[in-house]
Amino acid sequence: MESRALNQEEYYVVKEPYYEATGDEIAIFEAAHKNKLPILLKGPTGCGKTRFMEYMAWRMQRPLITVSCHDDLTASDLVGRYLIKGGETTWVDGPLTRAVRAGAICYLDEIVEARKDTMVVIHPLADDRRMLPMEKLGSLLEAHPDFSLAVSYNPGYQSVLKDLKQSTRQRFVALEFDYPSAALEARIVAKEAAVDGSMADKLVKFAHMTRNLKGSGLEEGASTRLLVHAGKLIAAGVAPVSACRAAIAQAITDDAEMLTAVQELSSSLF
Amino acid sequence: MADNAPLTAAQIEKFLEAWLEVEFTFLQVDQLAADLAALPPEDQAFLLGWTKRTATTSIQVAYQFSVRAIDLLAHMDKRLIEAWLVHAMDTYDRFGQRHALKVINEVEHFAQLSHEHAAGALFEDVAGILLTFVRGLSGRQLKLEQGEAVYTNSETLYLPAVVARMQQAQDNFNLCKAMVAMLWAQTRFGSFRADLVAALSRYPDQDKALQQLHRLETLRLEACLGRELPGLYREMQRLKSALGEDPLPDDWQAFATQLEQPDASIEDSLRLLAQAYPGATPVPCCYQGELRPDEVAEKMTTRIEREKMLLRVKLAQLAEDIKQQTAPGESNREPRFDVQEKEQDGGGEMELILNDLPIAPPEQVRQLLTSIQLDLGGIPPEYLTAAGPGEYDPSLYEDKALDPDAVWQGTYHEEGATLYPEWDHGRQHFRKNWCVMREKDVMPVRDDFVSATREKYSGLVKHLRRTFEAMRDEDKLLKRQVAGDEVDIDALVEALADARDGSEMSDRLFMQKHRAERNIAVMFMVDMSGSTKGWINDAERESLVLLCESLELLGDRYAIYGFSGTTRKRCELYRIKRFDEPYNDNVRARISGIRPQDYTRMGFAIRHLTKLLTQVEARSKLLITLSDGKPDDYHDGYRGKYGIEDTRHALVEAKRAGIHPFCITIDTEGRDYLPHMYGAANYVVIDEVRKLPLKVADIYRKLTT
Repeated sequence: MESRALNQEEYYVVKEPYYEATGDEIAIFEAAHKNKLPILLKGPTGCGKTRFMEYMAWRMQRPLITVSCHDDLTASDLVGRYLIKGGETTWVDGPLTRAVRAGAICYLDEIVEARKDTMVVIHPLADDRRMLPMEKLGSLLEAHPDFSLAVSYNPGYQSVLKDLKQSTRQRFVALEFDYPSAALEARIVAKEAAVDGSMADKLVKFAHMTRNLKGSGLEEGASTRLLVHAGKLIAAGVAPVSACRAAIAQAITDDAEMLTAVQELSSSLF
Repeated sequence: MADNAPLTAAQIEKFLEAWLEVEFTFLQVDQLAADLAALPPEDQAFLLGWTKRTATTSIQVAYQFSVRAIDLLAHMDKRLIEAWLVHAMDTYDRFGQRHALKVINEVEHFAQLSHEHAAGALFEDVAGILLTFVRGLSGRQLKLEQGEAVYTNSETLYLPAVVARMQQAQDNFNLCKAMVAMLWAQTRFGSFRADLVAALSRYPDQDKALQQLHRLETLRLEACLGRELPGLYREMQRLKSALGEDPLPDDWQAFATQLEQPDASIEDSLRLLAQAYPGATPVPCCYQGELRPDEVAEKMTTRIEREKMLLRVKLAQLAEDIKQQTAPGESNREPRFDVQEKEQDGGGEMELILNDLPIAPPEQVRQLLTSIQLDLGGIPPEYLTAAGPGEYDPSLYEDKALDPDAVWQGTYHEEGATLYPEWDHGRQHFRKNWCVMREKDVMPVRDDFVSATREKYSGLVKHLRRTFEAMRDEDKLLKRQVAGDEVDIDALVEALADARDGSEMSDRLFMQKHRAERNIAVMFMVDMSGSTKGWINDAERESLVLLCESLELLGDRYAIYGFSGTTRKRCELYRIKRFDEPYNDNVRARISGIRPQDYTRMGFAIRHLTKLLTQVEARSKLLITLSDGKPDDYHDGYRGKYGIEDTRHALVEAKRAGIHPFCITIDTEGRDYLPHMYGAANYVVIDEVRKLPLKVADIYRKLTT
């Protein structure tokens, strides 16, 4: 397939993304969308939050605009700014504004990473006003009826600096994500990485071992995403122990002793 | 000493006489010197170096070591000899000379020397990795400690100081790993779910019965590991064949087949024991270790009782929490808990159910459930009834902070204290668990000290306020940026004019709002030794008041701890302000209440405060010491070089943890030792005590801008 450039609001998920529901999250999301309620996805990294958003965008046939938040992301990056074209200033919409106009789903990934002032912009959008104040234009943009806002947040980072304020979190319908149950996770790994069932089982078992270490030296255990990576390497002919080292162990820690220990776990398992 | 030419006996004798203080100890060193002189220079240097280092700890241990070690050089790896000696010195630290000499004399116990120059796996080297390994395996949070044999009491796994049965270091490590896995398997696959003590007591020769039962269990657990951890199982097979272990006798082969069934349990092993007992016991396999049912039983009885209580109390708390979250009056019925196993793989995750709804159990409850499940094979229903109010005595389950002073009434013990190592410069090794550290509160004094200080230095306070306010990190509007939130009209007009002009147009046309965050955490470590009595103490307290006033303006996170102590057994840190505490009346009263205490032992204070600092998230971390002199302590040799080297080592550790240490002292001799401890630019000597309050805030300002 050739690569092509798209306007953000024209990005529709065309092919059904593979998603296994773990609970009633699909029904809740649909009900929230129907009632114009914004959604907060909570959960550790790599457990399927982004995939869920793609799936819902496909299911509801709405364009999906994803913004990965980082610590330099400002309100202007979301709302828009003036640029200079041929000696004149022109206004260019930011991704959030585009979504509000087009009735897309705007997904702000890892919202706590963004600067504090960005939160203020989404507040009026996230309650029943559904307005986007565009300070620099001096106008208020009313949201398209199909517009919906979703943000994600990882409560696992125990940093006081990266906590979501009550005034923000109390505007959202929250969906909690966690790693899927072992059987379901094995099914996901088998399907996504095209490995056989017993290999997928072992990978999941390995993931559980690393998750046991959360709090005793590891910040997070291996996510489902990492398992899929390792599975893909194995399917491509890499030996399981090497695949786990490259795709999982090295990804979750830099600490030499922890790496050795994790490596011992995987070599015991395969 | 490490010259290429070997030393002569006469030269060596001279060294030994000095180090071993022969003049007073009357040790015979002539023969020893002659033996040492016969060694190649490399070995000579190794033994003499360690003898000298050991002599700073104990002359007797050093002497015995050098006598014994000459012969050992032929059989033991140097690394192993070193480990053996360090183990002896640790024993000396903990139990005294007699025990240390025992370690030296019983070197055979330390390492099973089945190979010449074996590269053994030292407990110290492998413990970190293996502990993480076993924690990853699931089940109860086990501990790993050094012991005299390979066994477990179902809470702690014990490994010997050295495992050296194999020739290669890697193989010895793998052997350790197999041992740890076998011990883990005993707890994980229910070896203790039957009353082993009672079962064994039925046999006339209990020792033999125990050996046989253990051998049978090993067969069963090997099969379990084969299913659970096939990679490790292959490695274990390889180890066995490398050691040339005999295959099982025929009748035992039959037992093995039965015990390899996935549903085989300890009951099957006990059943087969009756058949096996009359026959001979096969040789234990290399990673089998020992089975100690009595130690397990002892731990289990207390644990089962305690965990039952804890679980019921925690469930009651959980039910209470959940009740408060839901609407009041909605459900007044008794909370009904239940558990369900999530997956059919035994010992798997448990799901906790409250009134028919699954809930996510808190971490502690989850661990309790796992532990109880491992002991009993399930969760009995009576464990799941929430404890009623007053059913258990709260003192049984509440973690009560012990009063640090209470330990001094009655016999001495180290309960509730944190132990820190100390760097022994002579030994070039840590003394492990050497300093007994406790945090205490400063007795607050509510007087007018703070307001008086503010008044006394009112001019300075105003000045500080102005300078610190100027430092405060405010949002800046950066102009002429290549990208930004807004168009910089001035820059644009200029650029357009340039373009008309035919010159190149600048692309710096935007304004960017810049929020520079002052992300600093600072720890003040205040000398509270007896020598600060009088106006040094006043000056310190005044400095702290002015500092706090200034820091409050800046918004930097800061904490203040005072340190003092008498000997290594009483190292004390006084909390004056913790990081998460606001600067309030309590903190002010504590500053006012700072009183001179005892001595200036510094290593433990730096180590503990470093630990506290690493728990704070900040871009820059500072550890600032306010002191009046050299590190010093009563009686146990901390004074002088030992103390300075320990302090220096602790500061190096802090630097490695990403902390910038800095020292403000009023000791005019500070220039002699501070560069060695803190580094050339990391200290300030203030000549006059009076000036301390005037300077400290200013020094802080310079340090952080």
